[in-house]
Amino acid sequence: MTADFLLSLAQAITKGLLTGMVYGLMALGLSVIFGVMRVVNFAHGEIMVVGMYLAWMGFEYLQVSPMLSLPVIALIFFGAGYALQRVLISPFIGRPEHQQFLLLLAIAILLVNACLVVAGPDSRGIQLESQFDSYELGPFVFDAVRVHAALTAVVIAGLLWLFFTRTRTGKSIRAAADNNLGALVVGLDVRRLYAFTFGVGAACVGAAGALMITIIPVTPFLAAEYTLLAFVIVIVGGLGSMTGALAGGLLIGVSEAVAGLLLQPSLKSMVSFGILILVLLLRPQGLFGKSGP
Amino acid sequence: MTLLARLTGGVPARSLWGLGLLLVLLLVAPALLGKYGLSVLILVLYFAFVGQAWNIMMGFAGQLSLGHALYAGVGGYIAAGLFFHYGIGPWAGVFVAVAAAVAAGSIVGYLGFRFSLAGVYFALLTIAFSEFTRIAFDHWGWAGGSGGLFLKVDATSDILNLRGGPLLFYYVILALAAGTFVLCRALLESRLGRYWLAIREDPEAAQAVGVPVLRCKMIAIMISAALTALAGVWNAFYYNNLFPETAFAMGRSIEFTLAPIIGGLGTLFGPIVGAVVLTGLGEIFTDLSEVFHISGLKQIFYGLALLVIVMYRPAGVWPWIADRFGFGEKRR
Repeated sequence: MTADFLLSLAQAITKGLLTGMVYGLMALGLSVIFGVMRVVNFAHGEIMVVGMYLAWMGFEYLQVSPMLSLPVIALIFFGAGYALQRVLISPFIGRPEHQQFLLLLAIAILLVNACLVVAGPDSRGIQLESQFDSYELGPFVFDAVRVHAALTAVVIAGLLWLFFTRTRTGKSIRAAADNNLGALVVGLDVRRLYAFTFGVGAACVGAAGALMITIIPVTPFLAAEYTLLAFVIVIVGGLGSMTGALAGGLLIGVSEAVAGLLLQPSLKSMVSFGILILVLLLRPQGLFGKSGP
Repeated sequence: MTLLARLTGGVPARSLWGLGLLLVLLLVAPALLGKYGLSVLILVLYFAFVGQAWNIMMGFAGQLSLGHALYAGVGGYIAAGLFFHYGIGPWAGVFVAVAAAVAAGSIVGYLGFRFSLAGVYFALLTIAFSEFTRIAFDHWGWAGGSGGLFLKVDATSDILNLRGGPLLFYYVILALAAGTFVLCRALLESRLGRYWLAIREDPEAAQAVGVPVLRCKMIAIMISAALTALAGVWNAFYYNNLFPETAFAMGRSIEFTLAPIIGGLGTLFGPIVGAVVLTGLGEIFTDLSEVFHISGLKQIFYGLALLVIVMYRPAGVWPWIADRFGFGEKRR
């Protein structure tokens, strides 16, 4: 093995780790929602793509960098997620899985086609000034945009962790996730907490979308791909586990980047699905999950 | 009890008459409908048939598969590939196609059921296998890779090779749909069918009273995969082209699930009613969106329709119709 090859492998791995942080943030939203209310959000990738489009519009029409529009997008998504849960999803909690699936599928179809109607089928990307900047560390070169996106994702994940461990609402949500009946008995407003959770999950995905648009351009057709990607990540990491979602994001990010280098780029998701199948069979609760499904 | 008596036992007379009338209408429909009407009816029957096949897994045995495109894709590709490369007609090729799909179903089913994956986890396993296969076919030269596999379009009728016009494909899909309807009724009335329902309602209780759960689930996925493969073969020869991007797409798998869920999961008429509703709505929305010239509008109407149906008729349209008009089976 030549030094050149090792260097490009190391480059691919760091690139994968950086992208993987953003994947992790996206998957975190899915994991939080499932962990608390046992609803699988089949519209996850679609929500992500809406976030990417909003960030793109902010840049295109208002000349606001995605990093600056991110808090606004997260806030909008929190509100939208809260309302969505309250109005549409709430009656479906505890219903058979196929009914939840159909509901979220309908929402997904509406979101992705709204994007198609508003922004058209062409791919929309943004040109940041930092696009061609890079940081050098010894022989390594890091794309500046990826580094910024990854660091922001880490900060948001940290904030989320503080929210769930330090705030009263965060602790109440965890209580409702652990024991729904107990939470009701001690007088927690579980319906409000669920809506809050969906809002938080949506805000995560919206933020991930604003970061992702700095890395790759968006088309409506990415949505289904991201839904699948988020599923793969949370199952590999452990559905409902926050650490798992982040670790899963890193693992899938790296595996995609390395597969793109060693095999063909078009084979990269085959490796992800291969990992998913292995994890489902050997450790269905995921790498960081506590109990079996 | 004779087979016919078993199949029709407990069904109200008006339902049997309705069913007979429906079959007669479907048999003479090509004479009454124009080209467009026939093509819509073909779509309805296709979705009713493939929905019926999926319903065996989910509606009867309670196993949520979101990867049924795998069986249709494998079936279609193998029959089309055999015809394309070696000139082996689909009437022979279909056996290989069905065998391959059953093998694929057995692998997915055995791995999933052996490791007791249920619900969403099983569904994700089925998606993973379907996506995995999609990418594999993208890189498989024999199957044409991502560029697709094309069958020569032949206007001359050659029934031995399933080449011909819409009329031929109409009667083939009608026979498949009608045959599967009767098969599903027979399955539901059999011991196996009762076992499936027991597993669907409570797998642990079923296991406890001695139902061979693993074997029953395996039979469900094998029958379902075999029927879905037939739909795949029919589809490949009807449209004359196959692309991994569409044949194995998650969207295709989801399409298969919609008619039975909308129509009424676990019911015999659910997939049929669902197929009528969804295909009908699809055609209406196509016409509507053509008025406005906005791409994506059709899907928005479609999404809204799904939303309304799942919110107001979560158990499906058919159980509601059956209750209202007294078509339902008498409880025995």
